[in-house]
Amino acid sequence: MSYIVPPGLYAVGQPTPDSPVIVTANYKMTYDLVRQALVRCDAWLLVLETYGINVWCAAGKGTFGTQEIVRRVVSSRLVELVNHRSLVLPILGAPGVAAHQVKSQCGFLIRYAANRAADLPEYLGNGMQTTPVMRALSFSLAERLVLIPVELVLELKAVTLIALAVLLGFSLAGSFADGLQAFSAYAGAFGCGIALTPVLLPWLSGRRFALKGALLGLLWTCCCYFLSGGGWPLLVTLAAVLVLPAVSAYHALNFTGCTPYTSRSGVRKELRNSLPVMAGAVGTGLLLLLISLFV
Amino acid sequence: MRGYRYLPDVVTLEFDPDLCVGCGRCFDVCPHQVFVIKENKAWMVDRDACMECGACARNCPVKAITVDAGVGCATGLIGEWLNEIKPRRKGCS
Repeated sequence: MSYIVPPGLYAVGQPTPDSPVIVTANYKMTYDLVRQALVRCDAWLLVLETYGINVWCAAGKGTFGTQEIVRRVVSSRLVELVNHRSLVLPILGAPGVAAHQVKSQCGFLIRYAANRAADLPEYLGNGMQTTPVMRALSFSLAERLVLIPVELVLELKAVTLIALAVLLGFSLAGSFADGLQAFSAYAGAFGCGIALTPVLLPWLSGRRFALKGALLGLLWTCCCYFLSGGGWPLLVTLAAVLVLPAVSAYHALNFTGCTPYTSRSGVRKELRNSLPVMAGAVGTGLLLLLISLFV
Repeated sequence: MRGYRYLPDVVTLEFDPDLCVGCGRCFDVCPHQVFVIKENKAWMVDRDACMECGACARNCPVKAITVDAGVGCATGLIGEWLNEIKPRRKGCS
């Protein structure tokens, strides 16, 4: 199945020369959402070639951009089709588009309408006024939950290998039961970072993702200790306290790429501060485990 | 953005009010309401909310706004750093 819609001009309903022109990306899901939103409207839909990428990501890369808009306006001979000279764009397409350059190059005025396609009917119905609600971004629990499976799949290969190594290592050093316990402890720490942190994101204290993840990882380490009945050797306990929160923190930090509010400079700062700490914690933890084999 | 806040005092967003012509584009495009328009001028009222998407700078007709735009993604940044460390291969840029 192809997720790319051929770029070009489409009609929704029965558009006339006075109907608005809505600009969108050629990712099928985006295109379908816009068409669904416009189901009771008559409009022109100008689909840009974004190579099957959504508006926000394509705008970041510049494919949803000034040149592509100008090219499509010209190739679709829009000036012959409509009486007006304006294009309705999603707000999240703005990083790729210089409105004043589109205007000077093809004569069309850009109107940034709303963040969500669902707000288009209201926008078109109220005389093209963007309300504060149409401007406001959200990152609800449902919006965070749908991102978790994507992250899981991306990390699955590396994490499975590490988990198997943990299972094997602890089984060889102790018993298979030890192996299983260490395996579950690692898997749980991974889950804390990749799933539980996103779920609890607005309620976890602090602004740093690594800290949010480390906090949950530490709680998980305590759970492991008490669930297993305690009695871990001192070195193993120390190693767990160092490694498990670091694992969780690392995966929590990766969720920055999914959020609509973390800046590049902020993530860079957090990485610079936290990566050495995480690496140090994991390194020290592994060393302690190694030492524990010989004492 | 209600309920979410990232690190303060880190973003590269700069605004020169002397150049501003008050067109309001920065207000139109910012997903985090960093700018407001008052008395025919833009005011940067919430700099720390900026996520450096670059929409305001790109849409400012008089270049009154600058920002080092990019994606705030840890995986992406680590990938970039690894690429810098790796010796350049032939044919790759």
